[in-house]
Amino acid sequence: MSVAITLATARRILSQLRHDHRTLALIVGVPSLLMILLRYVMDRPEAFDRFGPMLLGVFPLVVMFIVTSVATLRERTSGTLERLMTMPLGKLDLLLGYALAFGVTALVQVAVVATISLTWLGLDLRGSVWTLVVLTLLAALLGVALGLFTSAFARTEFQAVQFMPAFVLPQVLLAGLFVPRDQMSAVLRWIADVLPLSYLVEAMRQLTDHPALTGTLWRDIAVIAGCTVLALLLGAATLRRRTP
Amino acid sequence: MMNSVVEARDLRVARGGRTVLHDLTFAVPRGSVVGLLGPSGCGKTTLMRAVVGVQIVQSGTVTVLGRPAGHRALRHRIGYATQKPAVYADLTVRENLRYFASVLGAAKGDVDRVVDEVGLGGARDQLVASLSGGQLNRASLAVALLGRPELLVLDEPTVGLDPVLRGELWELFHELAARGTTLLVSSHVMDEAARCERLLLMRDGRIIADDTPGALREQTGTGDLEQAFLKIIERREAVGRR
Repeated sequence: MSVAITLATARRILSQLRHDHRTLALIVGVPSLLMILLRYVMDRPEAFDRFGPMLLGVFPLVVMFIVTSVATLRERTSGTLERLMTMPLGKLDLLLGYALAFGVTALVQVAVVATISLTWLGLDLRGSVWTLVVLTLLAALLGVALGLFTSAFARTEFQAVQFMPAFVLPQVLLAGLFVPRDQMSAVLRWIADVLPLSYLVEAMRQLTDHPALTGTLWRDIAVIAGCTVLALLLGAATLRRRTP
Repeated sequence: MMNSVVEARDLRVARGGRTVLHDLTFAVPRGSVVGLLGPSGCGKTTLMRAVVGVQIVQSGTVTVLGRPAGHRALRHRIGYATQKPAVYADLTVRENLRYFASVLGAAKGDVDRVVDEVGLGGARDQLVASLSGGQLNRASLAVALLGRPELLVLDEPTVGLDPVLRGELWELFHELAARGTTLLVSSHVMDEAARCERLLLMRDGRIIADDTPGALREQTGTGDLEQAFLKIIERREAVGRR
């Protein structure tokens, strides 16, 4: 592992994004638009206060998942990954480079979406804004890590994009966003309990309801961070220097 | 042979249950330009991948600069350019080179040097996606030149180039060799064979000749390498029938 190579990789990925204005606009614009839509579709501040923060956590996860899985798949199919694998670049340099670059991008996304939500849309949050930033950043990193890992199983960009509904939407359904987890059947609940998104949604709910950092919130943060590290390590295992 | 940069012994590679390299033994002498020639699909790319150490091999050994191919210590001593240009389409030429240079820990001035060497000076701030096919190839070649590697493995580096540019690149290859770099260059164009110091002729995963162009012409009694290649194939088939 080398800090210089990791930073160079992050800078390279950010330069790629900078050349792609439309993708940048979509990364920031789509979640903003959806929050605005949600606010006016619900039309009741209490309902928006309840669902808004959860979506603030889900957006960066979904967006970074898609962007990362397509970006790494491109890296595999264009031959640049093979080229890097012949160079003195550690697998973790590449993975952390991606995490860093998309983490920074997620911060920009969150800054815009949260500002719109907390001011114009009147989202009411009991917890601190900084906890919100930390949680959304974690969500984005989890998205990056899952995207890196799952892209190993995609041969084409079509497949990579389909992995988002396949990996993320079932988690969204089970996370307690629509039906509280303790009202689900035992089997579903058991599945929901091992999925990282459930903890993200729970953490966001803690943030909505409690001004202080609760024990549950700390546990949730630990679970999400642990899942991110695990997915990154699994992602590293899918990068091979030698291929058939 | 102490003076070989690459030494392969009984190298066997199978892909998808089919043997694509049949127990190859060959050597690439230091400071030379060795041409790897043969029709498309004969195993040239697989052989090159084995040399740079990204190919899973079934048996045999490949030793590069005194170490097993793919060894960690070789990673900044070898430059490799794949047949399909491996550069980032959404970055400029310079941004691409800057990134790979920092991965390799290459000197600061290296980016400008390699851009000039491949003749991409006028396009250095252009997005790679907007380059022509020939320029794209040279951008990928430039990455391989970063950090002055001791061994250059170039898979069809002159495809799609006009004759003038092709000539310039071959001059560059010889200059590099004169400075002590060893080059293994694949091609399927026979007129490039004459520019190499040694030739490895391949067919169906086997090396059917390993000699200098002059010696090959002499052995086959033809002045033309294309004819020499055909003669060698004919002779092998005649032997096979007997």
